[in-house]
Amino acid sequence: MFKVLQNDTLAPNVHRMVIHAPRIAKARKPGQFVIVHPEADGERIPLTIGDADPQAGTITLFIQAVGASTLKIVTTPAGGSLRDIAGPLGKPTEIEKWGRVACVGGGLGTAVLYPLAKALAEAGNEVTTIIGGRAKPYIILADELAAFSTDVLVATEDGSLGQQGFVTNVLKDLIDNPDTRPNAVFAIGPVPMMRAVAELTRPYGIKTIVSLNPIMIDGTGMCGGCRVKVGDETKFACVDGPEFDGHLVDFGLLMDRLSMYRDTEAKIMAELPEELRDKIIKVKR
Amino acid sequence: MKKNLTPKERMAIERVKMPEQDPQRRIGNFEEVNQGLTEEQAIREAQRCLLCKSRPCIAGCPVRVRIPDFIAALAEGNLPEAARILLADNTLPAVCGRVCPQETQCEQVCVRGAKGAPVAVGYLERFVADWALAHPDKLPKEELPESTGKKVAIVGSGPAGLTMAGELARKGHGVTLFEALHDTGGVLRYGIPEFRLPKRIVDTEVARLQALGVEIECNVVVGKTVTLDELRQEFDAVFIGNGAGLPVMLNIEGENLKGVYSANEYLTRVNLMAAWRNDHPTPIIHGKRVAVIGGGNTAMDAVRTSKRLGADRSIIVYRRTEAEMPARLEEVHHAKEEGIEFILLAAPLEILGDENGWVKGLLCQRMQLGEPDASGRRRPVAIEGETFELEVDVVVNAIGTRANPLLTATAPDLRLNKWGNIETDENGATNLPGVFAGGDIVRGGATVILAMGDGKSAAVAIDSFLKQKN
Ligand SMILES: Cc1cc2nc3c(=O)[nH]c(=O)nc-3n(C[C@H](O)[C@H](O)[C@H](O)COP(=O)(O)OP(=O)(O)OC[C@H]3O[C@@H](n4cnc5c(N)ncnc54)[C@H](O)[C@@H]3O)c2cc1C
Ligand SMILES: Cc1cc2nc3c(=O)[nH]c(=O)nc-3n(C[C@H](O)[C@H](O)[C@H](O)COP(=O)(O)OP(=O)(O)OC[C@H]3O[C@@H](n4cnc5c(N)ncnc54)[C@H](O)[C@@H]3O)c2cc1C
Ligand code: SF4
Ligand code: FES
Repeated sequence: MFKVLQNDTLAPNVHRMVIHAPRIAKARKPGQFVIVHPEADGERIPLTIGDADPQAGTITLFIQAVGASTLKIVTTPAGGSLRDIAGPLGKPTEIEKWGRVACVGGGLGTAVLYPLAKALAEAGNEVTTIIGGRAKPYIILADELAAFSTDVLVATEDGSLGQQGFVTNVLKDLIDNPDTRPNAVFAIGPVPMMRAVAELTRPYGIKTIVSLNPIMIDGTGMCGGCRVKVGDETKFACVDGPEFDGHLVDFGLLMDRLSMYRDTEAKIMAELPEELRDKIIKVKR
Repeated sequence: MKKNLTPKERMAIERVKMPEQDPQRRIGNFEEVNQGLTEEQAIREAQRCLLCKSRPCIAGCPVRVRIPDFIAALAEGNLPEAARILLADNTLPAVCGRVCPQETQCEQVCVRGAKGAPVAVGYLERFVADWALAHPDKLPKEELPESTGKKVAIVGSGPAGLTMAGELARKGHGVTLFEALHDTGGVLRYGIPEFRLPKRIVDTEVARLQALGVEIECNVVVGKTVTLDELRQEFDAVFIGNGAGLPVMLNIEGENLKGVYSANEYLTRVNLMAAWRNDHPTPIIHGKRVAVIGGGNTAMDAVRTSKRLGADRSIIVYRRTEAEMPARLEEVHHAKEEGIEFILLAAPLEILGDENGWVKGLLCQRMQLGEPDASGRRRPVAIEGETFELEVDVVVNAIGTRANPLLTATAPDLRLNKWGNIETDENGATNLPGVFAGGDIVRGGATVILAMGDGKSAAVAIDSFLKQKN
């Protein structure tokens, strides 16, 4: 059992949870994730480790309720507990000294981006952060990111905060200006967003790293369910990733495989009580 | 009943038939197919044993269970004694009685098999083991020796790790078992389905270990959560029994289509994650026509599972003939009874997809048997130009597994062979002092009983290593 110490709501249905998991807190590096199995008869849900405090023995997760299982996790109050958490899994981010980098987060991807951006800044990179969401309430962690970013630029679809439009518009402006053009881009968010960023940077030859989120089970390379295509190779995202070169990723295949259980998910959702169903965000994929 | 039967009387008894769930009924549920013998049936079957002086069956058993001795006690109706003998030699008899390939082990060499049917050693083992599970009060209470103060870490809770844990705890050592998944048992839990090995048996065996003082910590992925080096610092010895959990991919076109599974994923969803239960959130694609590629136990488990998930056609596609199939005889037999189709001498060429990325077919190559290969089995070779298409909506790849590098990649000093399996001596000792290994991580995909045998012999080696350490 893993005790939940803190559970805050950051944005509609986006929670920050602090959980007691001393072994993971000690071993974890930026870019790695855990698998949470909230209850005996639950699913195994991969979630990025947003932050960790090895002294206190805690990890921080940022979770968006998009389905029955993530809802189950975020509705566990402080003082409650989650049955199983395994990790840290996946390869840590390769933190290099790039000079100027852009970190692009879309929706909840911003939370996943946070530990990575922080580590890049700590390694001496000049980090410009671009965060996007559909409207102002969905823009998360702007202050936290500002603590180490040279600049935090915001884009919302309805223009209620920052520039109106997509993160790619903002990124394009950065690239077009030789004084701000990044040497590397880290993009984390919905698959269409990561694809759009990769397409944008490709002609410029700017190294672009994305973090993939296929469906997973064990997270240890045992089942192959998380396979993704990178260049000519099939990779298991849980052990070979989750971060890959965005210019080589087959995003179409990833999106397609993510839709494998859409019918079952819809059925489970339909069976949820109405008041719970409303709590779930309709995610753009 | 007469106690001392003459050999002639023994020879006159016919081999018992295992009571089974009717095939039509059982394809609609996940309950156990074999229902187990009644006491009367078991005693009668036990009386078929000739109590041979040469005892070839014992040599046929990888852990040398004293087969005629436990059978003799059973024949006399002395179940506590039969159980005592069996449990002394085999820590997981309720498992082995169900899943061991007896036809290539004890029963293959049974003297009675020369003329007619061998003694049903597996059925009898299962009967005595189930009796013991149901009557813990009738077994002698285990006295644990005083604690030695030594601590051993075991990685993996499959049959190798479970056996090791029991053996070491009974020698008074402190044992902590680390398991990567959220539940124990290894393949016994996530691979072998409920209809062949009910999970309550694994639960009972694990509870028995806990009663011996074994600490179990799930969700610890050694190599990630803790490293082998850290375990070596914290414990006096380490045993690695992390299995062969890496699926071998087909490497053919169409493998990433929706509806294509590795057997590990398919069976894990169903067994560990209970996708077969309607009240459970784990999704799985319920194919109407399912092709399973391979001819081993894994393939049989996957194909029979697909039938139970409602497939109209469940098909085995295997590149050699039935004679070369590595699966247990009983599984092939049960599969046929359940209406599983066998397409033999056929190898997959390509998985065909529809415009939405779902599987719609399997293109196969017809094969024939050529010269024997290194394993002595005749090598399948393609018949040029002869291909055919199967209309299917789910494809399960059950061609095999290999050593998973997750742990070994983080222990660069540990010596491996060219396939990534850990190298050990005959006692399970690796090149690192105090680090032992056994089961599938050493042998590649093998059997439950060989993994247990490794656990047992390495436990002896660890015990003497710990004594020397003083
Ligand atoms: C390595 C990795 C790290 C991740 N980190 C985080 C994180 O830090 N915070 C977080 O909130 N989520 C994260 N995710 C995504 C998260 O695992 C999924 O949102 C979750 O599995 C959905 O489960 P569910 O049962 O609640 O929803 P479902 O009912 O299963 O699905 C609801 C909707 O989400 C979609 N979906 C299902 N699985 C995924 C998936 N794996 N990724 C994206 N969409 C999915 C479905 O298609 C459906 O539209 C991560 C995924 C991976 C692989
Ligand atoms: C579907 C299927 C059916 C089978 N049927 C039969 C049969 O009928 N008869 C038979 O004799 N054999 C059968 N086998 C083979 C048999 O199950 C294996 O040979 C046996 O289970 C090997 O035991 P093991 O203890 O070495 O490993 P496993 O049973 O594989 O257990 C290894 C355990 O270690 C855990 N682990 C892995 N990596 C780590 C890590 N880094 N840290 C912590 N824990 C880790 C795994 O999660 C797992 O629980 C079958 C195999 C399969 C897959
Ligand atoms: S070989 Fe067969 S008949 Fe002889 S002792 Fe063993 S089980 Fe009995
Ligand atoms: S989640 Fe099973 S191999 Fe990656």
